Amino acid sequence: MTNPTADQETYHRGIPTVPYDLLKELVLAFVASGIVILVLAIGLSSPEVPPLTIQTWAQQDPVDFVTTATSELAGTSFSGAYGPPYTDGSDSVQVLGPFAPQQWAGNAVHLDTAQDFVLGPLGTAAVGNADLTAALSAYGSADDTTRQGWLSTYTDALSAATTQGGDVVVAAGSYGPVPVLMSNLMGVARSGGLDGLLLAGGHFFETNYTKPLLFMGDGSYLAGLAENQHLLGSQWGMMNETGSYPGQAWLWLYSMWYQIPPYNTASNADLLVVLTMLGLTLVLAFVPHIPILRDIPRWIPIHRLIWRDYYRWRQT
Amino acid sequence: MSTPSSAPAPEPTDASWTAATRRFLERRLPLTHLLPSRQPFFVGSWVYVFGVVAITALVWVIGSGIVLAFFGPGWFHVSALGRFVNSIHFWGVQLFFFFVVLHLWGQFFMASWRDGRAKTWLVGVVIFVAGLVTGFTGYVSQQNLDAQWIAINAKDGINATGAGSFFNVLDFGQMYGIHVMLLPIFVTMLVVLHVVQVRMRGVVNPIEPKVPAGRSKPPTDVAS
Repeated sequence: MTNPTADQETYHRGIPTVPYDLLKELVLAFVASGIVILVLAIGLSSPEVPPLTIQTWAQQDPVDFVTTATSELAGTSFSGAYGPPYTDGSDSVQVLGPFAPQQWAGNAVHLDTAQDFVLGPLGTAAVGNADLTAALSAYGSADDTTRQGWLSTYTDALSAATTQGGDVVVAAGSYGPVPVLMSNLMGVARSGGLDGLLLAGGHFFETNYTKPLLFMGDGSYLAGLAENQHLLGSQWGMMNETGSYPGQAWLWLYSMWYQIPPYNTASNADLLVVLTMLGLTLVLAFVPHIPILRDIPRWIPIHRLIWRDYYRWRQT
Repeated sequence: MSTPSSAPAPEPTDASWTAATRRFLERRLPLTHLLPSRQPFFVGSWVYVFGVVAITALVWVIGSGIVLAFFGPGWFHVSALGRFVNSIHFWGVQLFFFFVVLHLWGQFFMASWRDGRAKTWLVGVVIFVAGLVTGFTGYVSQQNLDAQWIAINAKDGINATGAGSFFNVLDFGQMYGIHVMLLPIFVTMLVVLHVVQVRMRGVVNPIEPKVPAGRSKPPTDVAS
């Protein structure tokens, strides 16, 4: 085994040394960085845009809320057809040839958007509500074809819906019990009850927001708020922050791929970007062993600037 | 009846794990290297400060993070003092990454992996990646609009890799636990390892010009 003690002395032999107080440098750097951090913290504070609640969503954009809830009931929403790890669907499964890790990982959440987002909460809210109980019973006893007919007709009608006193109003039609279900779901949501019902999941303590976040993500209201805060992917939102604060600027390269071909048009863009970044990270980690890349520092004379005193000394 | 010997056993014959560990540390990391009071004069360049500032920014981040963790994730939303501590945390992270990136580029253009330092470079890259994951889990743990939107969008990239089945960015409890517990310990241990690696071998010598053809070494090869 080599002796680094001797090696280090041999390695630097012939190069003049100077006094160097490592701990003093650390303390000074700690104080200096602390001053910068404290000045920024006092002067600029930190971003704080309150989270969106389902209650606020239902109050501010009832048509979007009901349209989304209807698609959840029909199982046609983004989440409903997503695929692993939420459902058994396949709409959002990304593969690269035979490489299908999302498929291989399987359905871990077992989400049923109709039951979890609509029928389950309404079942809880139906206690003492005869109209809702009857509507749930009618919906539950109908066959799939009938249900899809109601939901399809109602979805079409929602495109011309208006609001009246906060309620969603559609033209008269053959919607079965769907309007009663949606009206009651809206009532629960506007009271704030749906936020709790989607989170509870049968447990007293709960920290898993998968269901309410997926539900809100299926609507367009949250996306509108995000666009106002320049957080969309097309706005390089991955590296942005709400307000005028800096975000995760260090994700600029990750964000960049989504803006350029072939990534910005690929149906498996996420998988392609992740694999690209994984490859680049491995290249970065193993630069010392990769010919040409490891020689770049010799070709670009930035080291002549960094060690200019040394090279000047070498010439004397 | 034998009597205990007052003379210590000769070092080479002491095969205990403790003695072996002591001998290893004395050989590989003597205190004069861990806490040097002299360094080659070229260490005076400002580029050597970047890594030090990154470490001190990390101390501010961890310190403010401990306070935030103590009072709970909802504290800074309802308390002016909590908001101030969160601001320290926020700007500390920004400063940390700023200097980590400067440090990384500086070390790249110095080709600091030379002369047996490839593992030091590798650990540095792992720290950078672990820092990205730590930052990400922090952003989705903020409990504000930004956290909601980041989680909803980031899930697709993570799900595409299959990791979404066990790393659920929509599960606040999982992200928060990882952010305040596992990753800070991991990053801190890696930073300590990184510093020890640097101190064990010392700073890398400046890049020497290519040896001209027909000569075995530079005319004044101070590195040999």
